[in-house]
Amino acid sequence: MVDTIFIGLSLASVLLLVALGLAITYGAMGVINMAHGEMVMIGAYTAVMASLYLGLGLIAAMPIAFLVTAAIGLAIERLVVRRLYGRLLDTLLATWGVAILIQQAVRLSFGFAFLGITIAGLGPGLQNVSLPPWLGGVFSVAGTEISVYRSFIILVSVLLAALTWFLMYRTSIGMQLRAIMRNPQMAAACGIDTRRINALAFAYGSGLAGVAGVLMAGFKTVFPDMGTPMVVDGFLVVVMGGVGSLMGSILSAAILGQINGLAAAVSNDIIARAVIFAVVIAVIIWKPKGLFSYRGR
Amino acid sequence: MSMNRRQFLSTSAALAAGAVATPALLTRAAAADTIKVGVLFSQTGGLSIVERSLTDATRMAIAEINAAGGVLGKQVEAVIEDGASDPKTFNEKASKLVIQDRLPTVFACYTSASRKAVLPVFEKRKAALFYPTYYEGFECSKNVVYTGAVPNQQLSNFIPWIIKTLGKKKFFIVGSNYIYPREMAKVSKILIEKNGGEWVADEYLELGHSEWGSMVNKIKSSGCDVVLSNVVGDSVIAFYREFKNQGLSHDKLPICATVTSEIEIAAMGAEYAVGSYTSFPYFQAIDTPANKAFVERYRKFVNDPKAVTHHALESSYFQVYLWKKAVEQAKDTSAAAVLAAVGGQSFDAPGGKVTVEKENLHTALTPRIAQWQADGQGKIVDAYPEPVFPLPYVAYGETQQNLFCTPAGLDTAKLKG
Repeated sequence: MVDTIFIGLSLASVLLLVALGLAITYGAMGVINMAHGEMVMIGAYTAVMASLYLGLGLIAAMPIAFLVTAAIGLAIERLVVRRLYGRLLDTLLATWGVAILIQQAVRLSFGFAFLGITIAGLGPGLQNVSLPPWLGGVFSVAGTEISVYRSFIILVSVLLAALTWFLMYRTSIGMQLRAIMRNPQMAAACGIDTRRINALAFAYGSGLAGVAGVLMAGFKTVFPDMGTPMVVDGFLVVVMGGVGSLMGSILSAAILGQINGLAAAVSNDIIARAVIFAVVIAVIIWKPKGLFSYRGR
Repeated sequence: MSMNRRQFLSTSAALAAGAVATPALLTRAAAADTIKVGVLFSQTGGLSIVERSLTDATRMAIAEINAAGGVLGKQVEAVIEDGASDPKTFNEKASKLVIQDRLPTVFACYTSASRKAVLPVFEKRKAALFYPTYYEGFECSKNVVYTGAVPNQQLSNFIPWIIKTLGKKKFFIVGSNYIYPREMAKVSKILIEKNGGEWVADEYLELGHSEWGSMVNKIKSSGCDVVLSNVVGDSVIAFYREFKNQGLSHDKLPICATVTSEIEIAAMGAEYAVGSYTSFPYFQAIDTPANKAFVERYRKFVNDPKAVTHHALESSYFQVYLWKKAVEQAKDTSAAAVLAAVGGQSFDAPGGKVTVEKENLHTALTPRIAQWQADGQGKIVDAYPEPVFPLPYVAYGETQQNLFCTPAGLDTAKLKG
């Protein structure tokens, strides 16, 4: 039983890692960011490249990935998303395009593949990152073997959630962001620099996805398409939790993770997947605004 | 949505690749008095990593044949098309090669999905398809020459060996959720029960699924002492990594796989697979001068000193020679002549002697078992003394004495029993 709960917790932490960034870009800013999965993918590739060219391990790759994806997120916000605030469906289409661009850039080694130049670590192939020895293996709690790496992911996602909460609720930038979420025009009228805050928030959300990507690289396959299924899971969590609510995202990740783990243990993973979708559909019918609804723009 | 997106991606990539490839095809088509054959694998899309290596192996065989004087005194010319990892595209390109270009023979397809998609084209137009991949069996087309392994050639030595040599009796069967792993599981269960073992579970995960936490946990608590894996594609990598991360070791609980080849091992990092086993008729590590020379030649041909060879690649290579022998015997390049003459042809392939069986146009191959080493190569720990007869319907009780697939076609009456 302990192991099932742990697996559920671990699945929840993976969901939360991806959903945290989305909770900000989609939840707080009203942008359906289809490129979020690609930020995860870039984070994973950053880990691959960092170990290949700089000899850095997984831990050292995390801040680098945060900076890289935050910078890319900032660029996307400046070039594309900024022009589309308030146009929900247009952001979906535009960021989807951006996602395809990013995927193909990685697959074609930024276009060098056309010239016959291949960059090790990029391209259409599968990549991998090796774990530091102390993160592999298991430790024992009450007779149950617990994976060190999965515990590490749980720890990191809790820390990141706490950090995000702190930024949102205990700093002046966070307060300004929450003001913009409530009413962008009124916030601007009160002298808040909405463009700057939006750009920062988008960059931060993308950076979180980058960190998630590094952690994913430790136990999943790294390849150009890897972000696509993750962004779907991320949206499930955010929509069920309630758009704009950080607590809602955390709680719904926990619920979905445990349901997934339990259903997989009782039957199998294919059924578990179906159960997850059924639960999300039921929640949306019952509470269209999610578990923690939040009035925003 | 993700499917649409992927299709869109592969189509756009295919267009780009087509634009680049066209001039080369035009100049080659101008050469007179050659024998043309079709080559159809994915050059783009998700399967392109593997399928490009199959194209390369086919091209290499053709280049070697041409350097040695060609076939019937003529040079062989490959018309290469891109299936773009999409069965529908495979069907269109096969139609183009068979109907528009009027090519009698095509070397094509990696996945079963793409083979099923092109099959009607070949059967209707009476063309010949050479198919190089190991597959689930359950097919008996008179227009296809199958040069990869069928389930009995991967499992008939593997299961008894696991039970007798490794001393493992309780199997946990795990696979990706589609036809190949399910057919493999059927054959496995027959063999496990015949050899006095038992299976404790038979579980599946979606194709491409990469969250293995629950499944590995189940394996841990199932009380099995060996895992039989029919997992394919990128899931393989996540599976082996999760297996090790949850503290399982191949010493005590080995993964015995039917699809994990040199390519997957390289992609996951060899340390995750050290000590596990795979059954295939061909491994890069086969220690014969013929195979070493083959690996050398292949690396030179693709200009990559680290390129790996694998089972489907070897089949892609030797099936061109089988075709050549059939053409030379028939003194005719038409599909009917090739299909009639190819049965019974033998060739000394890099992995040993292979023979196309007259009865079902499948190929007799030598099953081998390898244990993966730290350098990403397999160490051959067991090999059949001779090639094994292919039985595509073994899951339904086919034996060499009681064939379901015969030159007269499939005997459907036997299937029910």
